[in-house]
Amino acid sequence: MNQLLTFIRKEFLHVLRDRKTLLILFGLPIVQILLFGFALTNEVRNANIAIIDDAHDEASRSIIGMIAASRSFHAHALPGGHSSIDETFRSSGVKLIVLFPANFNTDLMHTQRARVQIIADASDPNTASTLTTYVSAIIADYQKARVQTTSLPYTISTNVRMLYNPQLKGAPNFVPGVMALVLMLVCVMMTSIAIVREKELGTMEILLVSPFKPMLVIVAKVVPYLLLSLVNVASILVLSVYVLDLPVQGSVVLLVAVSTVFIITSLALGLLISTITNSQQTAMLFSMMGMLLPTTLFSGFMFPIENMPLPLQIISNVVPARWYYIIVKSVMIKGLGFTAIWRELLVLVGMTGLLIVISLRKFKVRLA
Amino acid sequence: MHDVVIRTQELSKHFGAFVAVDKISFDVPAGEIFGFLGANGAGKTTAMRMLSGLSRPTSGAATVAGFDVFTQPEEIKRTIGYMSQKFSLYEDLTVRENITFFGGIYGLSDSAIKEKSDLLIEQLGLQGEVKKLVGSLPLGWKQKLAFSVAMIHDPKIVFLDEPTGGVDPLTRRQFWELIYAAADRGVTIFVTTHYMDEAEYCHRVSIMVDGAIKALDTPRDLKQTYQAPTMDAVFYHLARGAQRSAD
Amino acid sequence: MKSTSNPTSNAVVLNGIGKTYENGAVVAVHDVSFDVRPGELFGLIGPDGAGKTSLFRILTTLLLPDAGTATVAGYDVVKDFRAIRGIVGYMPGKFSLYQDLSVEENVNFFATLFGTSVDENYDLIRDIYVQLEPFKHRRAGKLSGGMKQKLALCCALIHKPHVLFLDEPTTGVDPVSRKEFWEMLQRLKEQGIAILISTPYMDEAMMCERIALIQGGSIMSIDTPENIMQAFPATLYAVRATDAYHLRMDLLAEAFTESCHAFGDEVHLTLHTEGIAKAAGMEDVVAAMRARGHADVEIREIAPSIEDCFIRLMGQHHA
Repeated sequence: MNQLLTFIRKEFLHVLRDRKTLLILFGLPIVQILLFGFALTNEVRNANIAIIDDAHDEASRSIIGMIAASRSFHAHALPGGHSSIDETFRSSGVKLIVLFPANFNTDLMHTQRARVQIIADASDPNTASTLTTYVSAIIADYQKARVQTTSLPYTISTNVRMLYNPQLKGAPNFVPGVMALVLMLVCVMMTSIAIVREKELGTMEILLVSPFKPMLVIVAKVVPYLLLSLVNVASILVLSVYVLDLPVQGSVVLLVAVSTVFIITSLALGLLISTITNSQQTAMLFSMMGMLLPTTLFSGFMFPIENMPLPLQIISNVVPARWYYIIVKSVMIKGLGFTAIWRELLVLVGMTGLLIVISLRKFKVRLA
Repeated sequence: MHDVVIRTQELSKHFGAFVAVDKISFDVPAGEIFGFLGANGAGKTTAMRMLSGLSRPTSGAATVAGFDVFTQPEEIKRTIGYMSQKFSLYEDLTVRENITFFGGIYGLSDSAIKEKSDLLIEQLGLQGEVKKLVGSLPLGWKQKLAFSVAMIHDPKIVFLDEPTGGVDPLTRRQFWELIYAAADRGVTIFVTTHYMDEAEYCHRVSIMVDGAIKALDTPRDLKQTYQAPTMDAVFYHLARGAQRSAD
Repeated sequence: MKSTSNPTSNAVVLNGIGKTYENGAVVAVHDVSFDVRPGELFGLIGPDGAGKTSLFRILTTLLLPDAGTATVAGYDVVKDFRAIRGIVGYMPGKFSLYQDLSVEENVNFFATLFGTSVDENYDLIRDIYVQLEPFKHRRAGKLSGGMKQKLALCCALIHKPHVLFLDEPTTGVDPVSRKEFWEMLQRLKEQGIAILISTPYMDEAMMCERIALIQGGSIMSIDTPENIMQAFPATLYAVRATDAYHLRMDLLAEAFTESCHAFGDEVHLTLHTEGIAKAAGMEDVVAAMRARGHADVEIREIAPSIEDCFIRLMGQHHA
């Protein structure tokens, strides 16, 4: 036991004395969170939009009022005349134009079918679609409010609801994603490098030729990164709660427990990489290309899996981060409990078990 | 007497307050095999970098093949060859690919490269291995090939950095045979090493301790001067009191 | 695990050990047999690629042999690998310690790893450790080559091993540190630890009690250095002239020359004793060389060195 503790202490010394490792370990999550939170967000604020109100009636004015009140837009009125639309987009930096036709309210009252035209600058498709969604949501809200105040039963409402994230904040999407990404990166890369480094140094030979059990070498290598990763989980959660105003809706204990399972999955992956590589560079490359890329592509956090071609959807099933991402979203944002996530958790636990068995089998007590 | 090919006068290199090379002065005539010995950290590498135009001296003067190390480093680089035990050839390229590549770097024409590599492969008896990866060749062959590649542009001077560590005695002698043959053609060979058995093969050796040259003579005269049976003992006598040692 | 170590038996025994790589395509070691006696300093002398490291890895249980058997302190290297791992000290060829840990931390780590402490076996490493003590808080990466090697030896000795395996400990180390290292080994030997050491430097053979000359995976000769040199079958001459390079070429061209190899600025020469009309003498060699225009030709009879023996044995093995 004393041997194991000394070994673990040594591993901590390695980490603490290497500024670059430390920077990756603790800088990475912070930078990622801040980057995604403030720079790379697809949430839109204060977008310049223009409104052409040919109706000048009660309904159009109410909707314009709601649009103007939204933090997402910076709206200003344009004089009528459709000829100026092109000109407006080209010269004024306006991203979207909302056009109320004449007789808007009348149409709504009598035919129950009124039209609003939303014209977006789709040269930046992401912003265009986000803005369009926002405006549609506001119009839908107005319609809903109207349905309640009047008693006309047949008004058709476009029922757009932004579940779990009614303000359409960007943070809920990426915090679970960043957690998956950071844990994957830190655990897989750091563990594999830590073990391969001993091979490169030649110290692995000494470790094997000592009475110390090879299995314990693995334990000693893995424990520090498990602890450090939990610190990372904590720091991401603290950042998301206090900096991004995104509270954890579900159980924090469950979230940490699930994260621990995912950390162990990643550590087992790192171990596996270390058994098949002999240089730190190869281990690094393996971790980056083999782990980071699939995690970003297939976890569902950057690109929706439902939109992928079927073969890719199938591939995404073997990416552990995908399951972890679903679980974290459920617990953290939807506030769901264990009953809602046990299937995904089972998949993750199964993967972890498999990876541990494979990598322990691959780990040799001899050199070849 | 041959022309002097390398001449240094009180050549020094300082890194801040640290004097890596301390006023070294020596002449090397054409066709000499000059051994440049010293323990780890004695300043060998720094001195060699200055002479090969890679590092600007702090003070003193030096010419290499008639070019000034301060003002003409590019001309120097074109007239020298370099080979080190640690890196010389690409292990994942074949014998011919390596020769072609290095010929190309030194600006040889395609026809010259073709001619050179045929000659070289024949001289080394590598006809059967032309298409093999260099990594799969025995160490001794790699060293011979590396030396020949360092000579591909007919340099006036070749710098050898610990060229023959670890090879068997016969292969080592074959390697030195190549070096002697080159020296016989008038090429100056500048060998830095801390393997004393390599030193025995040099015409003259200098021994560097703590940045300064402590002794410079033929191996035979050095052994006589210090009443020592081997170069190893001479070196031990001189370097024992060294103050600095580092990697 | 049940077999016990027998203190009177040999420290290391190899019996027909063979090892190949890449499914037999590369023969690393072929039919190697020798033994190291208790308390003996035994040298494995040979160039890179001779199979030294493979032998060390087989003996330290890191590799399985393809053929033959071997024991260390009476334990079988295949069956009893756990027992062996507790009682041997090993310095691998590329061993370089933990660069980011201090001298003290390195030593303590390896002591704990082997289930012991620095104090317990301090008398064994004292000689070496006192030289490191002034730097004990310095990171291992900042030590000089010689100091690193002393630290590595300390770490390999910390658990008072029965047998010490040192794979090329002096490669890349300057002559001053090399000499000090061998002096330390002589003192360790006095403490009764059997040492198996490998080196590519022929001159270091003289520091060992017995040596095995190894080349191409096979042992060419095993004996004390003195006996190996005495067994040199011919009279050896050192010839010298102003132009050593052409001297050797010209000697090679003479009919009386059996072998001639450059040794620094001299040429070591043996002469044919049979198959030619009249065996040549020293005067004949000098005369022949003068006739070819050499100045200051000198010749004397010399005792062969281990390197002379190695070269000769290599020739015989190739033939």
